[in-house]
Amino acid sequence: MTETTTATDLLALHETMAVIRRTEKAAHDLFLSGLVKGTTHLAAGHEAVAVGTRAALKDGDYAFATYRGHHHAIAWGATPEECLAELMQRSTGLNKAKGGSMHLTKAEAGMLGSYAIVGAHLPMAVGAAWSARLRKTDQVAVAFFGDGATNIGAFHEALNLASVWKLPVLFVCENNFYMEYTPIGSVTGVGNPAADRAPSYGIPAEVVDGNDVVAVRDAVARAAGRARAGDGPTVLEAQTYRHYGHSRTDPAKYRPDGELERWMERDPLTVSAGRLRESGTSDDDIKAAEDRAAAVVEQAVAAAKAAPQADLGEAFTDVWADGGAAWRT
Amino acid sequence: MADVTTAQDVVTYRDSVAEGIAREMRRDPSVVCLGEDIGAAGGVFKTTVGLFDEFGPDRVWDTPISEQAIVGAAMGAAMTGMRPVAEIMFSDFLACCWDYLANEIPKVRYMTGGQVTVPLVIRTANGGGLGFGAQHSQSVENWALTVPGLKIAAPSTPADVVGLMASAIRSDDPVVFFEHKGLFASKGAPAPDGHVVPFGQAAVLREGTDVTLVALASTVPLALTAADRLAAEGVEAEVVDLRCLIPLDVSAVLRSVERTSRLVVVEENPFQGGWGGTVVSVVADEGFELLDAPVKRVAGANVPLPFADALEDQVIPTVDKVVDAVRSLATY
Repeated sequence: MTETTTATDLLALHETMAVIRRTEKAAHDLFLSGLVKGTTHLAAGHEAVAVGTRAALKDGDYAFATYRGHHHAIAWGATPEECLAELMQRSTGLNKAKGGSMHLTKAEAGMLGSYAIVGAHLPMAVGAAWSARLRKTDQVAVAFFGDGATNIGAFHEALNLASVWKLPVLFVCENNFYMEYTPIGSVTGVGNPAADRAPSYGIPAEVVDGNDVVAVRDAVARAAGRARAGDGPTVLEAQTYRHYGHSRTDPAKYRPDGELERWMERDPLTVSAGRLRESGTSDDDIKAAEDRAAAVVEQAVAAAKAAPQADLGEAFTDVWADGGAAWRT
Repeated sequence: MADVTTAQDVVTYRDSVAEGIAREMRRDPSVVCLGEDIGAAGGVFKTTVGLFDEFGPDRVWDTPISEQAIVGAAMGAAMTGMRPVAEIMFSDFLACCWDYLANEIPKVRYMTGGQVTVPLVIRTANGGGLGFGAQHSQSVENWALTVPGLKIAAPSTPADVVGLMASAIRSDDPVVFFEHKGLFASKGAPAPDGHVVPFGQAAVLREGTDVTLVALASTVPLALTAADRLAAEGVEAEVVDLRCLIPLDVSAVLRSVERTSRLVVVEENPFQGGWGGTVVSVVADEGFELLDAPVKRVAGANVPLPFADALEDQVIPTVDKVVDAVRSLATY
């Protein structure tokens, strides 16, 4: 823990992670009750990566996320109500019910989208960082991605391009050790799929405990400092674990016995609660924060359920910047 | 760069590309270029000559051979306040970054509920006729046409290159801008100062009463030559240059068919899936009673482009093929 971290800071991080955890649980339950259709890729277990990263950055910094992006959207300011309404196909959804679970976006807060083609958004983050340099701002851009994305071409093209121009971009790998259903190690030639590749592009890399929100925050702060100083990109490989399967249809039976249990001992909320106790926060205060999170999500579920279904007219808006979809005269 | 707007009666299509980009870069500091060999080298087709010298390496960025990164980075920059003009050298190479054209750029506004705007241009050298073989000769505007959310421009004259480039770069929507490599050396009147050609407005380049020839980019001069030859036979062809595929000016086509009652569409891309199929389907739907004969499409054959000139001529549209198609309608 850095000296500047206060118990209040930690409690706020803990509460945001609890909001995300509760939202993911609600999404899971709403799916089982038939109120969420399509699919969901839940990020329970990954909360510390999103929340720790956001905590180290400034307002205006950009984030690009993956189809497993609920936690990034909420960390960047999307409300549980907006997210759950989107999943439930309501007109009040974050993306007007046109995006769904895999595309949660909060552009006004710098969260510029969740992209469901693995790795496609890494070059976009490079472009946003290029734009920041051209506009002479000190913004940085973050690309969150899974371990599986490290084996696609765009990962390598993006790292090289960011390195060539020393752009202020942070490549944050959430290594949960599974590429969808397959252990990443069984399909990858190096042990740390992101961090081991970075040096070949001249980019510094760091492996960080992705279940420790403070460790993530401090590593991101170091990387963002380098980026803002003009020293270029950093690859952070945050090791974490996915509590659920790849998507809601995946019971994750392929996981070895005991693996989930071992990771649950270092669940991000457990780690965070331990730090809070060490810093003198009472169990009552921790519970109060978690209760507030539960209340926020409970209210969000009720509001989303009560919201009107998707507006049918929205099917024909937003193709073009003029709001319409006309392709001919 | 040379000022092509003064003291010249004619300019080349090639020089007009750089001129069109330069005009927009001068008026809007958010316009930036990126691509392979576009900087000091001036582009492999010499279509960016002078830009690097005038605007410098920050605004004219030489990239590695990384098509995904070029187009992906252009997208990220466009989402955050810039107006990037990305070059994909040969249009065949769009396949290397097809995810961005098919899945990312055209969909992000829609799937975010209108939160994100992507004002970018992807320029690329399209088409055959130069003996470059199967992987450097394709006309692929039909690839882009299959994806809702992309605007598509394909100029046939130097002035239209400048005028459509202005519209493309100023567009808040993503534009795929097809420069036909067979036209680079062609010449025409220079664009006037401030020249802007709005998207979705076809041009009637030759008026006629007997048949409408709808053409795009490389097939425009071909249709005009065919029309001259047909005139000698007493057949007056009207030539419509679409200039854009999205938005598609089917109104202009219908107005022309109303005058001529016959229609031949001349497209270089393969017949299978070509844009002519869309033009013809709209005319069949909305203009059936205007027609006095079946519609014809002169299109590329459904084969990869062969290398030898004589073989290439077998499979892409030629003046002879257009004339033959019109003759078959005239006797209908």
